[in-house]
Amino acid sequence: MTATDATEPGTGPADDTSTDVAPAHRHPKAHQRAGRLGRWIDSRTGIARVGRGALNKVFPNHWSFLLGEIALYSFVVLLLTGIYLTLFFDADSTGMTTYDGSYGPMQGVQVSEAYNSALEISFDVKGGLLVRQIHHWAALVFVGAIVLHLCRVFFTGAFRRPRELNWVVGCTLFMLAVVNGFAGYSLLDDQLSGTGLRIGYSVLISIPVIGPWLGSLIFGGNFPGDDVIARLYPIHILVVPLLIIAMLTVHLTVLIRHKHTHFPGKGARDDNVVGERLWPTYVFKAGALFFCVFGALALLGGIAQINPVWLYGPFRAEDVSSASQPDWYMGWLEGALRLMPGWETRIAGFTIPNPFYAGVVPAAIVFGGLYAWPWIERRVTKDHAEHHVLDRPRDVPWRTAIGVGVLAFTGVLGFAGSDDVLVVTFGLSVNQAVWFFRVALFALPVISGFVAYRLCIELQRRDGPPPLPTVPVPDTETDGSAGTQDPALVGDAGGGQRHDGSDPADA
Amino acid sequence: MPDEQPQRRPGGGETFPAVAFALAIVAVIGFVAVYFGSADTQALGIFAFVCLMGIGVGMATWAKRFLSPAEPEVEDRGRLASTEEEIAAFHADFDAGEYQLERRSLLGKLLVGAVAATGLGALVPFLSLGPNPKSSFKETPWSPGARVVDEQGNPVAATSINTDGILTVFPEGQVGDEFAQTLLIGVRSEAFVPASGRESWTVDGVAAFSKVCTHAGCPVGLYQAAQGLLLCPCHQSTFDINNAAEPIFGPAAVPLPQLPLSVDADGNLVADGSLSAPPGPGFWNQNRQ
Repeated sequence: MTATDATEPGTGPADDTSTDVAPAHRHPKAHQRAGRLGRWIDSRTGIARVGRGALNKVFPNHWSFLLGEIALYSFVVLLLTGIYLTLFFDADSTGMTTYDGSYGPMQGVQVSEAYNSALEISFDVKGGLLVRQIHHWAALVFVGAIVLHLCRVFFTGAFRRPRELNWVVGCTLFMLAVVNGFAGYSLLDDQLSGTGLRIGYSVLISIPVIGPWLGSLIFGGNFPGDDVIARLYPIHILVVPLLIIAMLTVHLTVLIRHKHTHFPGKGARDDNVVGERLWPTYVFKAGALFFCVFGALALLGGIAQINPVWLYGPFRAEDVSSASQPDWYMGWLEGALRLMPGWETRIAGFTIPNPFYAGVVPAAIVFGGLYAWPWIERRVTKDHAEHHVLDRPRDVPWRTAIGVGVLAFTGVLGFAGSDDVLVVTFGLSVNQAVWFFRVALFALPVISGFVAYRLCIELQRRDGPPPLPTVPVPDTETDGSAGTQDPALVGDAGGGQRHDGSDPADA
Repeated sequence: MPDEQPQRRPGGGETFPAVAFALAIVAVIGFVAVYFGSADTQALGIFAFVCLMGIGVGMATWAKRFLSPAEPEVEDRGRLASTEEEIAAFHADFDAGEYQLERRSLLGKLLVGAVAATGLGALVPFLSLGPNPKSSFKETPWSPGARVVDEQGNPVAATSINTDGILTVFPEGQVGDEFAQTLLIGVRSEAFVPASGRESWTVDGVAAFSKVCTHAGCPVGLYQAAQGLLLCPCHQSTFDINNAAEPIFGPAAVPLPQLPLSVDADGNLVADGSLSAPPGPGFWNQNRQ
């Protein structure tokens, strides 16, 4: 249906400049019908005026700009699969029933309605297990893509003025994603999620003064509480998703207002945007990415088992399985709880318990540091200017070093959260592993930060003196279409800089 | 060759996306067939994958081959901040309204106060979500004379616990209770050193300790009998049963509370008092020793 499809050979490129009128000649009836509907809408909204600007919006082209999109599309998949799951799930952890579904090993076992409906979705709803597993995989990919997107924004300095607000909104989205992931897998009332809730409860009540109240209000009393799963359900399927949608709306609106950042080169400046137009190029690429993300998640959901609650068994307070592993994004908090030595503060009959130092404080420092980073950096650099051209990570070695160090710190904590599994796998003693991780927790960030710093300096040195003559931006847009281009048109398209840096306009 | 490429045949390069889109349609048919057949999860997933990936890869190839501009497009970024004139005009309009408000400044303050008070008042109903945790937190679930029962609710004879053996028990009537769960341990008499004042708390070499970890509340269920060490599977806190269940490794900072035991007329275990301390994870006004 596009211009190029139906054109005679050789005239294709010219259509780029005539798309406004060309389709009308080719499909007069269809176009008139669409035109009438369009006019009906436009006369009531004025959509054409706004829409034309949107069609021509330019999107810079770099693989790392896709990470946030992957997060967005995972969220769409989460909504689609999540709505399906709500039609079958029963968030009742107090009503007990005898399991009589088709999973043999559980037949006759007393289970809660919540756990029962999780097994029913997995074994007795056609396609239910596929949707459940796609949902869980999408949650893992959602948080993962958010973290990678956050790293991209951090290491390229994309959070600098004017984007500090969107950085803050993004950090909030990150927190909401983690909270909703934890709330989601806590609903199933299996042994693993019950253990996670119990640890969460203990960390919660460790907060001085308000902790026990918070625990009581959320759980409806002491752990396990009759109410927590019934409460987490509306939080998981309504409250947090609405907050995420609200924050996403702000995130994307501000993004459109600011226009995208871009990497240096190809004529990118702080007062322009260099890339591809929304219509049709970017629409097709974004649509393609959505279907690819959904497809990959469908494959994972189909063939890669995730959260097999039927193996964990229903939650019972006196049971716990060894090698209990939380979802990956909770691992660093679990690791912090494990590595903390047995210290707590006791003064005059008051206690600040150990999980407060290991569970609450590190989370507060990491998220507090994330939120505050644009202002922390500005205090150091005294840079108040607007930036739309990105830093390459090598160009700001100290920021890169700090980022690598923080990643190493949380990474060590994440692995420490799996220390019992590693111990069994590698035949170590738990004590050796814990001490190894305690040392690594402080040594590795320093070492990796230093290495990253030196690497940046070395890469800068190899680049030669600034301004940087070559740019590592993938040159994807010319690959496929170069052959169909009329050579005469190449030189004066769009005023973009050519990749050898010999654009006469800039010379 | 490059010169001849503009004259390539019509439809050149369309084959791959066309095949991808066609595959997607075929995969939908496969998906539906599997759904009405075996509903096998793997087959459904693979067909869904082929369908979605077919659309995605087809679109990507289409975009790459036919929709990519030869040269990057350039758009002006435009001005982000308002101009000084716009800001001044905004100030002027806002101040005009503000002046009218300032003439009724008491009303304004009262309005703010009323709205704030309403907001705070609206928070109060949330206290219905849970009871005041004050009392329940400090109670221990065991009382003197409470019968010791196993997970099925049966009484437990002291002689049924062998040396090195363990058994999870509850006070009668509270089977499955999170904070009442207790572990009976058949200790080695030559190694076990009771804490002072607790010499009579064991019966026939059976000692009882709270099963709730003092760190994060997990059931402390892994017993290394040879060393007399009780290990928490969640965060590897390790308690020395032979030395009053003192924590010797990991994040736990206080020992597991001990339960004094005795036997009733039938030879079954009963509690001879309450736990030596409230069980479970710590909180701020829990007066821990």
